[in-house]
Amino acid sequence: MPTFYEPKQIVTPGDLLAEGEYLAGENTYIENKKIYSSRLGLVEYDNKKVNVVALKAFYIPRIGDLVIGTVTEVGFNGWTIDINAPYMAFLRPSDVLSRPFKPQKDELSQVLNIGDLVVAKIISYDRSHDPQLTVAEPGLGKITRGQILKITPTKIPRVIGKKGSMISMIKEETGCQIILGLNGVVLITGKTLEDEQAALVALRKIEDESHTSGLTDRITQMLKKNKPKEEENKNE
Amino acid sequence: MNEKPEKLIDKKGLRLDGRKPDELRPIKLEVGVIPNADGSAYIEQGKNRILAGVYGPREVHPKHLALQDRTVLKCRYHMAPFSVQERKSPAPSRREIELSKVIRECLEPSVFMEYYPRTMIDVFIEVLQADGGTRCASIIAASLALADAGIPLKDLVVACAAGKADDTIVLDLMDEEDKLGKADVPVALMPSLNGITLLQMDGKLTHEEFETAVNMAIEGCKKIYPMQKEALKAKYMGIKEEAEE
Repeated sequence: MPTFYEPKQIVTPGDLLAEGEYLAGENTYIENKKIYSSRLGLVEYDNKKVNVVALKAFYIPRIGDLVIGTVTEVGFNGWTIDINAPYMAFLRPSDVLSRPFKPQKDELSQVLNIGDLVVAKIISYDRSHDPQLTVAEPGLGKITRGQILKITPTKIPRVIGKKGSMISMIKEETGCQIILGLNGVVLITGKTLEDEQAALVALRKIEDESHTSGLTDRITQMLKKNKPKEEENKNE
Repeated sequence: MNEKPEKLIDKKGLRLDGRKPDELRPIKLEVGVIPNADGSAYIEQGKNRILAGVYGPREVHPKHLALQDRTVLKCRYHMAPFSVQERKSPAPSRREIELSKVIRECLEPSVFMEYYPRTMIDVFIEVLQADGGTRCASIIAASLALADAGIPLKDLVVACAAGKADDTIVLDLMDEEDKLGKADVPVALMPSLNGITLLQMDGKLTHEEFETAVNMAIEGCKKIYPMQKEALKAKYMGIKEEAEE
């Protein structure tokens, strides 16, 4: 039962990863008892399971995921929302308004208009139906301030880090609130524009260098190095 | 330039550009050259210069073209008006429409079509300079662009042609050999799975000649395959080395 690559090595589609009694995990497939990679990414051997962590992928909706989307269309009975996925999501007024929806009375564009950003949760999705969203939970709803950053959805786990080490470090160093949409859209809200900018730069760096080792330390260093400068500027 | 060469193979057995019969033209590959596209690739093969861009999977427009059980792969092969000696009309010609279909059907077996129903993947191929064997070069670039877009693939698709110039079987035909030669056999291959996804022939070959040509083309594909892999990895390896210093 051989495996053919070192863990964390970059593989391309069609690379033979393992043979024999292994299970095909993410971004892999089995043909004739051989496991091949189906995406460009880093191999991981997790006991008997072979995974490939993709370096680039698009978001595929899953029920329960927190996502950040843009309103692209206001219809008669709801909003169409772009969640950065191959499918458009739908948001129904009864999930937004805290009272029953009356088409004669309520003007939907007064509540959410085209271009508005929302933090929402996916409540239903399958192969034959487009995803449906809800904002009827605390913490969800229209975004009023902050900065938006788009990163490859597969890199969200790297941004979170082991047990949230990366994200909590960035939050602490910059004093920003960060909401990670699992569709690769990130919302950063801080006290000042500089704080938001610092977090933004850090997140971009994580995206670019997600496949390298010792990243958390380098990000910490970078944030600490930039910090005193800002304070000096304030003193001037 | 427009004079017809008398012979395609000289006395020493070398071809017009000095290559041996089983030698490929020099290839340069680059991935991620179009920032706006989801995935892209660029190939230089001899004097061929080809760009490929991939968008999607995304919503299907017009909607009635969507399939309920799998994605729709759309492919557009186009030659720039300045890509050949005499200006080519930018409108899609019969040949381009045919090549678009051929390339699409050659890429389809490599894509996991059933993963994303009701969506569409667009592949755009733009030939900037043509020098024979553009369909093969286009397939190489398009497959790289698909992989760069993060679309799950069974394998990369590699393509290479073999043919008959004068009376010799030669690999990777260039323009003159394509036009004046006696036959042309383009082959596309998924090397890891050992599956042929494209096999065409125009001209006349005997059974034995056809077999040697196909085997030669397959050998050519296997030489290009590692270059394709390297090109994909190169995009990320550079960053890795820089960051870990």
